[in-house]
Amino acid sequence: MTFEKLLVANRGEIAVRIIRTARELGLRTVLAASEPDATSYAAELADEVEVIGPAAAGKSYLNTEAVLGAATATGCDAVHPGYGFLSENAGFARAVADAGMIWIGPAAGAIELMGDKSRARQAAEDAGVPTFRGSHGSLSPDNDAAAIAEEVGYPLVVKASAGGGGRGIRLVTGPEELESTLGMARAEAQGAFGDASVYLEQFVSAARHVEVQILGDGEHVIHLGDRDCSLQRRQQKVVEEAPAPGLPEAVRTKILSSSIELGKLCSYSGLGTVEFLYDPESHEAAFIEMNTRLQVEHPVTEMITGLDLVREQILVARDGRLRLTQQDITFSGHAFEFRVNAEDPTNNFMPSPGTLSRLDWPGGPGIRVDSGVVAGSVVAPFYDSLLAKLIVWDSRREDTITRSLRALGELRIEGVKTTLPLLQAVLSRTEVRNAEHSTKFIESTPDLLGVSS
Amino acid sequence: MADIISPLPGIFYRKPAPDKEPFASEGDRIEAGQAIGMVEIMKQFSEVRSEVSGTLERFAVEDAGAVNPGDVIAVVAEQ
Repeated sequence: MTFEKLLVANRGEIAVRIIRTARELGLRTVLAASEPDATSYAAELADEVEVIGPAAAGKSYLNTEAVLGAATATGCDAVHPGYGFLSENAGFARAVADAGMIWIGPAAGAIELMGDKSRARQAAEDAGVPTFRGSHGSLSPDNDAAAIAEEVGYPLVVKASAGGGGRGIRLVTGPEELESTLGMARAEAQGAFGDASVYLEQFVSAARHVEVQILGDGEHVIHLGDRDCSLQRRQQKVVEEAPAPGLPEAVRTKILSSSIELGKLCSYSGLGTVEFLYDPESHEAAFIEMNTRLQVEHPVTEMITGLDLVREQILVARDGRLRLTQQDITFSGHAFEFRVNAEDPTNNFMPSPGTLSRLDWPGGPGIRVDSGVVAGSVVAPFYDSLLAKLIVWDSRREDTITRSLRALGELRIEGVKTTLPLLQAVLSRTEVRNAEHSTKFIESTPDLLGVSS
Repeated sequence: MADIISPLPGIFYRKPAPDKEPFASEGDRIEAGQAIGMVEIMKQFSEVRSEVSGTLERFAVEDAGAVNPGDVIAVVAEQ
């Protein structure tokens, strides 16, 4: 199947990112934009802009009819959803395919399977992916939850089957709390996700977040290495790196090969990320969830593989087959990604919309900037606060840290507050330099939360 | 009459979630400190409260409408 015109159903830096690769592939691009985004940097770069609704995402970027309507009205024959918004909406993926267009992503069935966190966990187990001790699938009302909880061991967590991304999780420290917490968790899950089913899983206190990038064509699946995204705040990644530091080779080999098996088991096509928690004490890695889309932090993988992941993603959707084999993938050096958000770290990370009066990006060897804004851009209050990503490569991790501090020092943004001081402070910590930090590091280090510029 | 002003830029919502009942409706009795909606700024939500007690006369912003700081969101007849 071939196509010529791509609808970019997203905004900000990822819309810019997709438009760039589409242009290199000779594709025309249509940006589906909300009213305030019709004059954005992404809109300037796109060949055409189709306004899909007012500012509120629910009436524009999340409005499947409006987005689909924009694609058909402009004669697009493919849709790239980016990340967030409709990217993991199986119904939308199906509607795009039913309308005769190519969906740049996995089949709707794979999105559905991985969207149900208890089914996903079961699939991971079936594929030989290591999982933490837990209930096998969702707890049904006639399951003896207390007996299963005893087997899993306390402390444990109750997770919503329809949750994910850190949402819908409750801690249970002992058997006396189990019944009441299960009740609350089911009610919350029903309210938040419209699905009351929950499952139990072992609790890990100080773990690292490690993930594997896979790429498949429904039959063949390869890995593009691993990343570490342990530097998080409120379950949101702040800094990511590739490859994951301090991972024993046996653990790395296990998560890479079993992620491929999971991809094969669900006939995975396109880019996907298998996420793990790694416990550095016990040297155990275990499955958290799989994201069935392009990931925000994909550039660190691009820097160490020399590949354009968006290009491979589009080509596999178009051609239906991978043009790369595992032997084609080689790794070189170390990369970091820093998320620059319009938030004020001196004021509890209060969102900081405004107009960018000055914007000077760093340069020099090994520096890449993926930005959704330019000097003069208006940072609207309506959407995610991510302005841009600074990506830094060097041959060794310690050199990449040195180069990153140099690059962050050159970055000047005026007109809005940004998380730049947090990024600099994080990178200066010995825990981070020695790769001894867990996912709780930023939030449990008060010095980092009150950083001043 | 007392105006309820948006302290923030963002999107004003009358319901805590799309499938939930609105915080308040026109004609409702409102107590001082009661939430009448919320404003979303960059995925963070803040409740918007009435400083006075009275009757909610009208909303000046539609549900899921964009607001700027200082915009009148609703008008309350003090009682």
